[in-house]
Amino acid sequence: MKSAVVQLPGLNRDRDMIAALAKISGKAPATVWQTETEIPDVDLIVIPGGFSYGDYLRCGAIAARMPVMQAIKAKAKQGVRVLGVCNGFQILVESGLLPGALMRNASLKFVCREVKLEVVNADTSFTRAYSKGQVIRCPVAHHDGNYFADAETLKAIEGNGQVVFRYAEGTNPNGSLNDIAGVINATGNVLGMMPHPENLIETAHGGADGRGLFASALDVIAA
Amino acid sequence: MIKARVTVTLKNGVLDPQGKAIEGALGALGFDDIGHVRQGKVFDLELETADKAKAEADIKAMCEKLLANTVIENYSISLA
Repeated sequence: MKSAVVQLPGLNRDRDMIAALAKISGKAPATVWQTETEIPDVDLIVIPGGFSYGDYLRCGAIAARMPVMQAIKAKAKQGVRVLGVCNGFQILVESGLLPGALMRNASLKFVCREVKLEVVNADTSFTRAYSKGQVIRCPVAHHDGNYFADAETLKAIEGNGQVVFRYAEGTNPNGSLNDIAGVINATGNVLGMMPHPENLIETAHGGADGRGLFASALDVIAA
Repeated sequence: MIKARVTVTLKNGVLDPQGKAIEGALGALGFDDIGHVRQGKVFDLELETADKAKAEADIKAMCEKLLANTVIENYSISLA
C-alpha cells in the first residue's frame, strides 16, 4: 500500500515516520507540504509529531487551518486512512476530524518516557495485528496530551468502541480522561494517538511493539 | 479603525492545571484569601473598518474558526 507523510513547519518527527513507513511497507512514502491542496493517491496519510507553528495559540490549532488539511478532510471522507501521532493527533482534534481536545499535561511537565498501552479495540484497520486487551510498550514525548471531552462525547466514544488505546498499568503520563491514549473516528478510518509507535518498530529501538500498528494500517502481515 | 478585545476562557468543568498551579503559588505567597484561579487568553485586535456590525460579525467568525476551541473554551468580545 502507498502512504504519504504530511510536512508542516515545526513538525520534527516526520523523518522517523518516513523511515518506519518505508521499512514496514517496503516503499518510501510520498511527502506532502502544508500548502498543497491535492494529496497523491495513497491508502494511508500520516500526520507526524512535532511542534507545528511552535505550538502557538493551541497545539495544532494553526496547522489544522492550513490548506493541506482541507485536502486531508476530503480524503478522509472518501475513506482513506489517516493517522495522526502526537502533534498529528492534536492537529486532528483541532481540525474536527476527531472528537475532544488535548490539553496541557496535568503535571504541567513535558513527559518523555515509555508507557504501557492497552489495545482496547483490536477490530480497527490500525490495530488488527494486535489482540483485544493486549498490553504493548510505547514511547511518549509531549507537553499537551491530556485528553478531554465533555461527558456526552466521552460516553459516545466509549460506547462506540472509538477509544482504541488506553494507558495501562498506571502509566497515564498526562492526566488523560479515562486514561485515553488514542481515539478513532466513527467511521473507523481516522486514528489519533499521543504515543509514538514509529519509535518502537525494530530491535535497534529496543522492541517492535509499535510495528503492528503500521503492519495493520498498511495491510502488511505483522512481522 | 475599530479596536476590539477578545477574551477566551476555559469552560466550566474543564480541568485547568495551569490555573491550579497559579492558585497554589498565590497561596504559597501568603494570599490566604485566594479561591479558585482559572487562566485564560486575551487578544487585542484592530480592524480596518468603521462598520461596527461587520467588525463584530467578523470577530465572532474569527473566534469560532481559530481564536477559541469551542470544545473546551468560551469567548467574549468587547469593542472599544
